[in-house]
Amino acid sequence: MTMKRRSFLKGIAATGAFAATGFPHIWNKNMSLARAANGEIKVGVLFSLTGTTGIIEESLNKATLLAIEEINAAGGINGMKIVPIVEDPASDPATFAEKARKLVVGDKCVSVFGSYTSASRKAVLPVFERRDNLYWYPTLYEGRECSKNVIYTGAVPNQQQDEFIPWLVQKFGKKFYLIGSNYIYPKEENNYCKKLLEKLGGEVVNEEYVPLGHSEFSSVINKIQSTQPNVIFSTVVGDSVVALHRQYRAAGLDPEKMPMASLTTSENEVAAMGGEAAAGHFTSAPYFMVHQSPENEKFVAAYKRRWGDDKVTHFVSEPSYFQVYLFKQAVEKLAGSEIDPPTIREAVKGQELIAPQGRIRIEPENLHTYLWPKIAMAKSNGQFEVLESFPEWIAPNPYAAYPGQMCTADGLKES
Amino acid sequence: MDFILQQVITGLSIGSILLLVALGLAIIYGSMGVINMAHGEFVMLGAYGAWALNSVFGLDLLSSLVFIFIGVGAFGWATERGVIRFLYARPLDTLLATWGIGVVLQQVIRLTAGGELRYVGMPEIFSGTVSILGVGVSSYRVFVFLFVAALFAATWALMFRTSFGTRLRAVVQDRNTAMCFGVNADKVYSLTFAYGAGLAGLAGALVAPLKSVSPEMGAAYVVDAFFVVVLGGVQSLFGTVASAALLGQMSGSLAYVSNDTIAKALVLLAIIVLIRFRPQGLFVTKVRS
Repeated sequence: MTMKRRSFLKGIAATGAFAATGFPHIWNKNMSLARAANGEIKVGVLFSLTGTTGIIEESLNKATLLAIEEINAAGGINGMKIVPIVEDPASDPATFAEKARKLVVGDKCVSVFGSYTSASRKAVLPVFERRDNLYWYPTLYEGRECSKNVIYTGAVPNQQQDEFIPWLVQKFGKKFYLIGSNYIYPKEENNYCKKLLEKLGGEVVNEEYVPLGHSEFSSVINKIQSTQPNVIFSTVVGDSVVALHRQYRAAGLDPEKMPMASLTTSENEVAAMGGEAAAGHFTSAPYFMVHQSPENEKFVAAYKRRWGDDKVTHFVSEPSYFQVYLFKQAVEKLAGSEIDPPTIREAVKGQELIAPQGRIRIEPENLHTYLWPKIAMAKSNGQFEVLESFPEWIAPNPYAAYPGQMCTADGLKES
Repeated sequence: MDFILQQVITGLSIGSILLLVALGLAIIYGSMGVINMAHGEFVMLGAYGAWALNSVFGLDLLSSLVFIFIGVGAFGWATERGVIRFLYARPLDTLLATWGIGVVLQQVIRLTAGGELRYVGMPEIFSGTVSILGVGVSSYRVFVFLFVAALFAATWALMFRTSFGTRLRAVVQDRNTAMCFGVNADKVYSLTFAYGAGLAGLAGALVAPLKSVSPEMGAAYVVDAFFVVVLGGVQSLFGTVASAALLGQMSGSLAYVSNDTIAKALVLLAIIVLIRFRPQGLFVTKVRS
């Protein structure tokens, strides 16, 4: 309370002084707005280090810090150092919002890199919109969001599915069984999948959702056996992925005849379920650790050197890494002018860089990212084998499942 | 008709896993009246035991079962001696203390073994399927079913066919009178608790190859275990079997006709209704008082 009164009094005094001396009002603006100063660029790093999603988010935190350290070691941005302020929101959306407020309002960070779950992103969104700050979100997600205060560097449904579903239909057949965990992400992905299948003349034999953390799939497997789909399209997440794959294998189902096609199974999940349960199933994502490119070799080597030889990189840690470089490129463009969230946003529009997955670009209208989806098959050694890399990047369309809606720089447009 | 048979077998398999997880709790809660909130963490310790014995000593799951039973049992014994025996007259405090032990165990595992999901392999000989009346069933699930049946038979024999069981039942009925007859009630209780904990450890090791292994895995199992024990009737071993079988068939078949989310809700609803009209559970052990 006293703090508030004091800053209020200061504000009155300042306004009075400026009015009297005729200073340009821009000084007043700087008091509340985050901006770079004193040769330092303060950024927030907001990934859970504890709690239920702590393990996966810790790898995102590590990828982000690695990129920041690399940039600083190479001389920073136009001679300025990036100063990361790391907070642990403990896998709790309310704590995410609280820490975001601290980073944006208290520390005056010009950008924050963070979040894994959609729930945590939705929780911090109002903070960034009210303060017109920037949030850099590295995770693949369900789309259907349009904010000028978030830079989305992960895939949206159309990027993971546009090539994947036709490929599956052609290779295995038109009967799909959709199974997901019971929350928004799997529902939106399945929504888009059904649209694609409709166009391709495919058929959905069943669509169902299991509770988060569910681990008993025997009835699901019975249903799969009695409906005999060609493809099991799985958006089950977390521990459940592991249980589903293991019970699938224990029931004697054959991935060559009825593979699981997933958007969420990465090197992490494969390690937990064991190569033998993962082998023969497919994942579509823009990045796999085995991807062959000089940038990726550099990234994987640097990551292992910094964080340990047994660490894996995956399709969320890669965007966590390259988005810091995107930030650097945007800030570089601002040499000599004001560095604050709105100018960074303008500067990042249309930026391109060569990421470990390939050349990526920020879409100027919806602030999502052009990405290079790949189709890979898991192998029994726990790694993936990339079967298809598409010759062109895929433009992001967060409203692909909702024709008539379009995300533009001025917000959501209905037509 | 095949699918009905398949669904019945599925229900039996789910039920056997429920019984496996609940058996240790049935012993501890049923005979000793201790509400052991750390039961799920004992299950988790068993799963991590299987993982550690495999990754450090290269033991496969089947040969590590004995060590896990003894190890988690010993831990249970130490818990009883160190904490629970001081709280027998205060059931609410036991609840809080065991819950605290559970939280500590979760964090200790997280700090030592790491929080990522761990891998416990399925024994090679059980990785295929067997045909039961023309229906293909995972041989590991069949193995778990038979193992649980054997475990139950052993537990029943221990309770009703050994002098230890007689002494335990005597202590349960009237501790003071039993002590007057020369029964060492302390020893009986600590061994019973150890046995229950050992069973929980076995449960964790056996479910690990089918499900996932993480520090938080216990939470789901302790809830299931309490449902089974309370629905079956505390103090009734056969009640525990019956309620595990009932819940297994119910959740299996409801999940088949609708989906797992609805099945879970309906099963919970059914339990509430049953407990409302039969608070003592399905089976009651009759005791002359």
